[in-house]
Amino acid sequence: MAFMNITSPHAHGGNSTSRIMLLVILATVPGIMALTYFFGWGNLINIALAAFTALVCEALILKVRKRPISFFLKDNSALLTAVLLGIALPPFAPWWVTVVAVSFAMIFAKHLYGGLGNNPFNPAMVGYALVLISFPVQMTTTWAMPFFLTDGQVLSFSDTLSVTFSGSSPLVAGLSDAFSGATPLDTYKHLAKNETALEILQGPLFASDVSGAASGGSASNWFAGGWEFVNIAFLIGGLALLALRIFTWHIPFSLLAALGTCSMLFGWDADLYVPWSLHIFTGATMLGAFFIATDPVTASTTPLGKIIYGAGIGILIFVIRTWGAYPDAVAFAVLLMNFAAPMIDTYTQPRTYGHEKAKRGLATKPDTSDEEG
Amino acid sequence: MANKSLQEISLDGLWKNNPALVQLLGLCPLLAVTGTVVNAIGLGLATILVLVGSNLAVSLIRNHVSDAVRLPAFVMIIASFVTVTELVMQALTYELYQILGIFIPLIVTNCAILGRADAFACKNGLIPSAVDGLTMGLGFTVVLILLGVVREVIGQGTLFTNMDLIFGEMAVNWQIVIFNDYPDFLFAILPPGAFVAMGLIIAVKNLVDNYLDEKALANQAEVEVGSKRARVTGKIS
Repeated sequence: MAFMNITSPHAHGGNSTSRIMLLVILATVPGIMALTYFFGWGNLINIALAAFTALVCEALILKVRKRPISFFLKDNSALLTAVLLGIALPPFAPWWVTVVAVSFAMIFAKHLYGGLGNNPFNPAMVGYALVLISFPVQMTTTWAMPFFLTDGQVLSFSDTLSVTFSGSSPLVAGLSDAFSGATPLDTYKHLAKNETALEILQGPLFASDVSGAASGGSASNWFAGGWEFVNIAFLIGGLALLALRIFTWHIPFSLLAALGTCSMLFGWDADLYVPWSLHIFTGATMLGAFFIATDPVTASTTPLGKIIYGAGIGILIFVIRTWGAYPDAVAFAVLLMNFAAPMIDTYTQPRTYGHEKAKRGLATKPDTSDEEG
Repeated sequence: MANKSLQEISLDGLWKNNPALVQLLGLCPLLAVTGTVVNAIGLGLATILVLVGSNLAVSLIRNHVSDAVRLPAFVMIIASFVTVTELVMQALTYELYQILGIFIPLIVTNCAILGRADAFACKNGLIPSAVDGLTMGLGFTVVLILLGVVREVIGQGTLFTNMDLIFGEMAVNWQIVIFNDYPDFLFAILPPGAFVAMGLIIAVKNLVDNYLDEKALANQAEVEVGSKRARVTGKIS
């Protein structure tokens, strides 16, 4: 009887690609629920549309590449990309923005590089960056206002659908103006050119609490427009994934630490810079830290490398948000650090057990160096 | 290299050794100004003019310039032709000249032109050099126009906008609006879109090449079936 010669490890956790992807998708549910509660149906419609487009594109390109279609569709990675994009895109984005972003992400960012596991850039963020560069108007003005700023009125499901799919019917277009606008980060940054922090924080986006009552414009209200609860929901989902050991703590925590440190260093002067609370708890910060930056394919893989990678994203988010022209920076920061990830990995290889650390430069492989001599 | 028939030279320039698709030369103007078809045609015509002129001139002086100073001499010749082209465009198509701006003087630095002068014209006679310049320029222009079509349709939803800048009054109405109410797709208009479109065009060319190769291989295999060679093992000298 022949025994199989298998090297260690002999036991493993039973994780598979499809299970991990599914867990990550499930972990976004609290955040999606918070988004829907505060900003209406827009993101749910986006997600559904994105998921449909992603599966169609994935099947098409797999067919062209002559790969098994159902095998790859079942690994849930296309679905995850679609969910992340659906969350990241503005709730009232026109349908073609979503379709363009998702199809570019699937076809160009993922499959032209060789499919899952071979893509150097995070597909969801490539799709997002593409539409952000291409359609700046649609991407900056179609964010939803939280429900408590619209006199408790919420755009109904069918109205949201018609905003998404036609966008130009007069009745809905009139509604749409009242229901959509810029994000708090964007608003604060633009107002800070002329106004002091106290004046900005008296604006409706910042001063009213969830009940809709203005909280008197006291400077104690450093959070904005429901976004803090959305971010906390994503934080909860992310911590759940951390507890399940889907990823390690390195990337999210170094990212948040770097972003927090930068924004506190500059943000002491809230008249000029966006305060740290808005940096951490508005925009896509938590989504980026726990769900996007931790993508196992495109992130750094060594422990030290992950810390550098996360910190780099955090610093870049602050820099681009503060001195850049775009409303949020997670996509660009993640893509820029994706560029750097292979180099970071090269220089942060951990010491192999039983071997000395290379004194300087890269560790050489002892058994090949002689032969090549 | 020498003694190529004019047909082979033409095929080289247009397909096999296309400056844009195979040599990947002159990418800077190729990617920068192909936002619309009219820009592409304008730059393509200018490049053809310079390429033919410089190839002719270089071929004429090829026996009188020593190797040591040939490159400076070629560059001087190319620069002269570019200046001529620039002045001609300034006179005839002033608006297009303004739109293309720095990319007309930059034809001097287009490696495709110096490359043809050094690799072909200085080793070949007058007529082959002229044909080479013309077909290389045409090959370059075709790719420029293809890119212009793709980027204009995807970027602006129109085709043949502003063609009157080159073709005069009769071309005023040539613009075709493909999508009404089209939101500008800035990515296709900006250089990154040009890189992506260029990559796709190269991919298509490689697809066609692979297909042709396979077909040729299939034909070849059929021929070898009837081989009369008796000895099939051992060393064949």
